[in-house]
Amino acid sequence: MAARPASKGAWFDPIFQFACLGAATLLLAALGGIVVALTIGGWPALHKFGLGFFTSTTWNPVTEVYGAAGPIVGTLITSFLALILALPVALGVSVFLVEFCPKRLAQPIAIAVELLAGIPSIVYGMWGLFVLAPWFALHVQLPLMMNIEAGSIWEKVFYGVPNGANIFTASLILSIMILPYMAAVFRELFLTVPAQVRESAYGIGCTPFEVVRSVTIPYVRSGMVGVVMLGLGRALGETMAVTFIIGNAHGLPQSLFDSGSTLASTIANEFTEATGEMHTAALTALGLVLFVITFSVLAIARALLLRQRQD
Amino acid sequence: MALLDRRARRRAANAVFVALCGLATLLALAALGLIMVSLLKQGFGGLNLAIFTKDTPAPGSLGGLRNAIVGSALMCAAAMVMAVIVGLLAGTWLAEYGGDSPYGHAVRFLNDVLLSAPSILVGLFVYELVVRPFHGFSGLAGGVALALIAAPVVTRTTEDILRLQPNALREAGVALGAARWVTIRKIIWRGAGGGLLTGGLLAFARISGETAPLLFTALNNQFFALDMTKPMASLPAVIFQYALSAYDDWRALAWAGALLIALTVLSINIIGRVIVARGNTRP
Repeated sequence: MAARPASKGAWFDPIFQFACLGAATLLLAALGGIVVALTIGGWPALHKFGLGFFTSTTWNPVTEVYGAAGPIVGTLITSFLALILALPVALGVSVFLVEFCPKRLAQPIAIAVELLAGIPSIVYGMWGLFVLAPWFALHVQLPLMMNIEAGSIWEKVFYGVPNGANIFTASLILSIMILPYMAAVFRELFLTVPAQVRESAYGIGCTPFEVVRSVTIPYVRSGMVGVVMLGLGRALGETMAVTFIIGNAHGLPQSLFDSGSTLASTIANEFTEATGEMHTAALTALGLVLFVITFSVLAIARALLLRQRQD
Repeated sequence: MALLDRRARRRAANAVFVALCGLATLLALAALGLIMVSLLKQGFGGLNLAIFTKDTPAPGSLGGLRNAIVGSALMCAAAMVMAVIVGLLAGTWLAEYGGDSPYGHAVRFLNDVLLSAPSILVGLFVYELVVRPFHGFSGLAGGVALALIAAPVVTRTTEDILRLQPNALREAGVALGAARWVTIRKIIWRGAGGGLLTGGLLAFARISGETAPLLFTALNNQFFALDMTKPMASLPAVIFQYALSAYDDWRALAWAGALLIALTVLSINIIGRVIVARGNTRP
């Protein structure tokens, strides 16, 4: 018998492995490239305005004075508000699907909720602008304005043009958008709780509510914080839906129903119509700020979720 | 008596909790229902043949969305070609070669971050990378931006699915004396075919509705164009422009376009799920 020849095509093995490694590295390079590009592009604005860029609320393309405080605050307020609105609902959905829902219904409902995540941002934006905003103005904003005592604190909180395009409706849309992500990951987390642990709690006579509160939720606590951060990361960077409905006013929002802007919405609105080099640089610097905020939030989220999985 | 009281209270608390959870689920389903209903109501009337045969009109004249649909299709196709090549290879590296090395952990972690990074930042990046050096917006730049959004999705699903392939398959390849890359290509990839296809479909669904990264890369184009080196219209960008306009006929077109995108994305998502479900039930 002749000596066995080397495997056919074995010469290509190292090349293939190298190509795979190259592709993985390309992804890293893309993330690195984003940082570098945003820093270079935004540098003129950061250099000119210094720390004042982060604290000034002036955003004036005519005099070429730019401060990011308005969009930064707008981004943080809408995202946290969206998180507060979405968190209880997402928890409710996932607990319902894992604990109470008949098995036959659980899968279709889970898929329907996940489909909600698939709807493109721009569709949410149109729905928000043409359906939610008018309804909100007519059925919430106007009645509130008419029934509030003049001079009370609520008058300040609910002050705003009654057109439904404001910080609150933007947060509402955001909460609908991050809800399915959070519900899906919560559900995954809850399913990792070992059946014995839950069953032993039922065995000593706990009600389902007590099992969820005292066994399931403590078991996945760090993972849950991860999910919350993941939802926050989504909300922080969401662009089109917010651009449609937030009203796009620069400066700090004065009330819950005031129009405002976020980092992403300002970039989306003004970038292609930027009036000069400094305007473009200032918008790119906003992008850098957004990157730093979302990157930290997402990194913490992933680290927490990773730890939960390894436990 | 006191014992009974406490039991009643615990039962009541439980009932309230169950009701609240059910209510939350109803709320989520209602949101999906409400959005779909208004999309159908506002967009269905505008869906006709002219949408596919005529280009975007001037306000007041008849028109369709042909150039936008073709532009979207071209850019998504270009993006998917790039994303599948990069994502498939990167996912394979993570699953088959270096996924457990420190570098592998770093790649996986940062890929996950890239996966949920704001898409508008990808648009800014491609603007600095492609548009500014070459002095002009182009369909190709739009494709690169979309590819950067799709590639992490493909990478992630590829790795997940390849890791599910039993090691016996890899050993079988070795036993036959096949080179490693032949084993991967002919056995592992083929075995994971359905899952890989689903990953691709989900990535495609994700980018077909993306607007933000296209605004600064492909810009928009009022006319029909197949030249990828020139500015190019896309469905999301046209919807954005028309929805915020003051003309009723433009808004109607925007609704029709939104319905078109939503239906496309939803059906791709459902097809992906069906493929996965089939794969799971097969023995």
